[in-house]
Amino acid sequence: MTTSEPGNRAIWKGRAWDFMEQAGMLVVLAGLVIYCALSVEHFASWQNLGSVLLAVSTVGMVSCTMLFCLASGSFDLSVGTLLPCAGIVAGLVMGKLDTWGWFPRLAAGIGAGLGFGALVGFINGFVVAKCKINPLITTLATMQLVRGFGLVISNSTSVTAFDPHFTVLGLGAFPVVHAADGGLLFQMTVPVWVCLGCFLFFGLLLQWTTFGRDTLAVGGNEEAARLAGVPVDRVKIIIFTMQGVVTAIAGILLFARNQAVQQNSSQGFELQVIAACVLGGVSLTGGIGRMSFVIAGVFIMGVVENAMALKHVEDSYRYVVSGGILLAAVLFDRLKQRAS
Amino acid sequence: MGEELLRFEGVEKVFPGVRALGGVSFGVKGGEVHALLGENGAGKSTLLKILSGVYRPDGGRLLVQGQARRFGTTVEALAAGVAVIYQELHLVPQLSVAENLFLGHLPTAAGVIRRGELYARAAEQLRVVGETIPPGTPVGRLPIGQRQMIEIAKALTRGARVLAFDEPTSSLSAREIGKLFEVIRELRRQGAAILYVTHRMEEVFALCDSGTVLRDGRHVATYESLRGVTQEQIVKAMVGREIADVYGRREGRGAADGQEQLRPAALEAIGIEGKGLRAAADVRVGSGEIVGVFGLVGAGRSELLKLIYGGERKRAGRVKVDGQEVSISAPRGGIRAGIVLCPEDRKKEGIIPMGSVMENINLSARRRGAIGGVGIRPGWERQNAAQRVRELGVRTPTLRQQIRNLSGGNQQKVILGRWLSERVRVMLLDEPTRGIDVGAKSDIYNILYRLAESGVGVLFVSSDLPEVLGVADRVVVMREGRISGEFLRAEATPERVMAAALPVKEEAAVEGGSAV
Repeated sequence: MTTSEPGNRAIWKGRAWDFMEQAGMLVVLAGLVIYCALSVEHFASWQNLGSVLLAVSTVGMVSCTMLFCLASGSFDLSVGTLLPCAGIVAGLVMGKLDTWGWFPRLAAGIGAGLGFGALVGFINGFVVAKCKINPLITTLATMQLVRGFGLVISNSTSVTAFDPHFTVLGLGAFPVVHAADGGLLFQMTVPVWVCLGCFLFFGLLLQWTTFGRDTLAVGGNEEAARLAGVPVDRVKIIIFTMQGVVTAIAGILLFARNQAVQQNSSQGFELQVIAACVLGGVSLTGGIGRMSFVIAGVFIMGVVENAMALKHVEDSYRYVVSGGILLAAVLFDRLKQRAS
Repeated sequence: MGEELLRFEGVEKVFPGVRALGGVSFGVKGGEVHALLGENGAGKSTLLKILSGVYRPDGGRLLVQGQARRFGTTVEALAAGVAVIYQELHLVPQLSVAENLFLGHLPTAAGVIRRGELYARAAEQLRVVGETIPPGTPVGRLPIGQRQMIEIAKALTRGARVLAFDEPTSSLSAREIGKLFEVIRELRRQGAAILYVTHRMEEVFALCDSGTVLRDGRHVATYESLRGVTQEQIVKAMVGREIADVYGRREGRGAADGQEQLRPAALEAIGIEGKGLRAAADVRVGSGEIVGVFGLVGAGRSELLKLIYGGERKRAGRVKVDGQEVSISAPRGGIRAGIVLCPEDRKKEGIIPMGSVMENINLSARRRGAIGGVGIRPGWERQNAAQRVRELGVRTPTLRQQIRNLSGGNQQKVILGRWLSERVRVMLLDEPTRGIDVGAKSDIYNILYRLAESGVGVLFVSSDLPEVLGVADRVVVMREGRISGEFLRAEATPERVMAAALPVKEEAAVEGGSAV
């Protein structure tokens, strides 16, 4: 009717997009949880909450540092083979030192695993930042290198650890709530706590430190950031090194939980992590990212997988579904960019 | 001379906020080489892009062989017999010479390339431009001069009758230039209409029959014959506009009679050497002085600024700020020493496009506001950003607005605001007003004047001669990678400055032979 109407509509449209950009995927997650609670049997239960939390913890931890990687305009494929390999390194070192007391043995084993993760991450960062090699190629190469290294040192077999001082890292829990009949109702294990800690720590790091803001600036426009005095190379090297360390932490905790690790487990892990980030709205081209995005993406993936498991959907179909979700998320992202 | 093959009639082109071309009318006949002259930003490239179908004109007509044409793509232009040879050549380096020549219409039989025919026809085309390169050679292995010949041959295989050259000699050696001229003269003899864009006066007189001068997108003059026209006349037509009031006046600048030299130096750069410079450069900027660096694109001006700032690694040279020698190996070092740079290409080097105004302002200074240099203090950042926005008159709805939604002038003010949040002793600016409307230009000049009054040394690069003459206390001229002149404000006439900036071919050839 009036001439201002299209203008108003545009403003509202703009606000709607703003809102979607800020909170979009959290809203989707909330909707998904409500839907599953209403339509999937056993979904809305304390036991199930515990298992969802545990199921997403490994991807959750690594997604935190992958967020920094993607936000700075980089990419890391090597996490998929580093995850088991860090466990193998830790397990073998602990195995070799069986004459030591439990504490120094554990410290040495875990230290070796973390150190290995840091080394791989540092190499990735150094090659990407200083030698200006495309991160996709660099981490593809280190991914294979690490896989080969893991297979060689483990003789392509499974490495095990049964020391209760170590496995408590995967199995220890607090709080543990029992049901009236004595069965387990709800528990939060160490990996879940570490994952939540990562969400908090890296969320704060991104939002509230110069390093976090520098990360987004590098991803937004590397040359402008460099000329504005941001130490671009250092930022990249730190990001990749952090990524290596956190992946090693996740790998060691997973090893402790399973009491065994094999190099060729965790196939496609790197893609799960990247998918969770992108699903949440972290830009693949860099410059845009928030921890809330990552949390939403990780849990959407986790809830969907959990719901499918509860519905007894065959494994083979799960790939189809998660692939479809990711494709939809990427198309949505594209649509958002075109709108702005 | 033959019939008129090409005519522009009142051609206009408007970009958002800028009128790039207006009322350009001239014709080129078959068998004629027509020079297209003008400063950087005069509209020559825009005109060529209209000719080749990259842009569509917003007004006026383009006539090719007497017919009004409107090209939507370069393919359409080529089909009508119009080819533009750009400075960056459009060849595929991995493919062979023959494949490049016939790219898009390779001779095939049932989809399979007929190599024999391809090579034979390629060799024939190459003979036309006087080349005997084996047609199977990958283009990437050839020197730039030969690649240019292939580009010309490629245009001829498409039956081009109108050829436009965009500063074709800028990267050629003296011998290659000689050969290029022979080919162009041969094309003229065969009746092609040739439009030749150049900065080099001696080329105009050596090669061209007629010429047109553009300035600020306007048609200034067309010479039907260059006989009797002097270089001075052409230079005057290129630069001779009044220095408008845009530049304002600086309080207390005085007579600009050389007093600047006596001021204590804010910046002394001694013997700077590095990529893009062909001789060591010395620059001195007094405290409170504004020095303009003029030169053509590619003269090494941006490189000089980046070398001083630490944006590029310098091979040699020392930098002193307020008499203290500082060691700078990266931008952070420059900033710590009090040297800051507003880079040339705002989009590529200046802004973080998806970041907010606040984010872009605090990009560097937040390190000083943060707790322990690490922990962000949002209050400090908001206050700092709000203060700069107010101080510089940045027009933005909120501090949270993404910077890419602001106009060029406001983006530039944000970048200036980024540096005003630091302790600045020397401000380097590269084309600070390019693509900015007149109002915002005045604002930016006033910011520079205020900075200078507070004792900062200002060194700015510009391709806009009136701007340099209107704003600077002293003008440094660069040409082909070296400093070629220096003028105090009183001595800096457009003609003298332009003469120092324009390349001199003989000198370049001699120096090229001995020095490099």
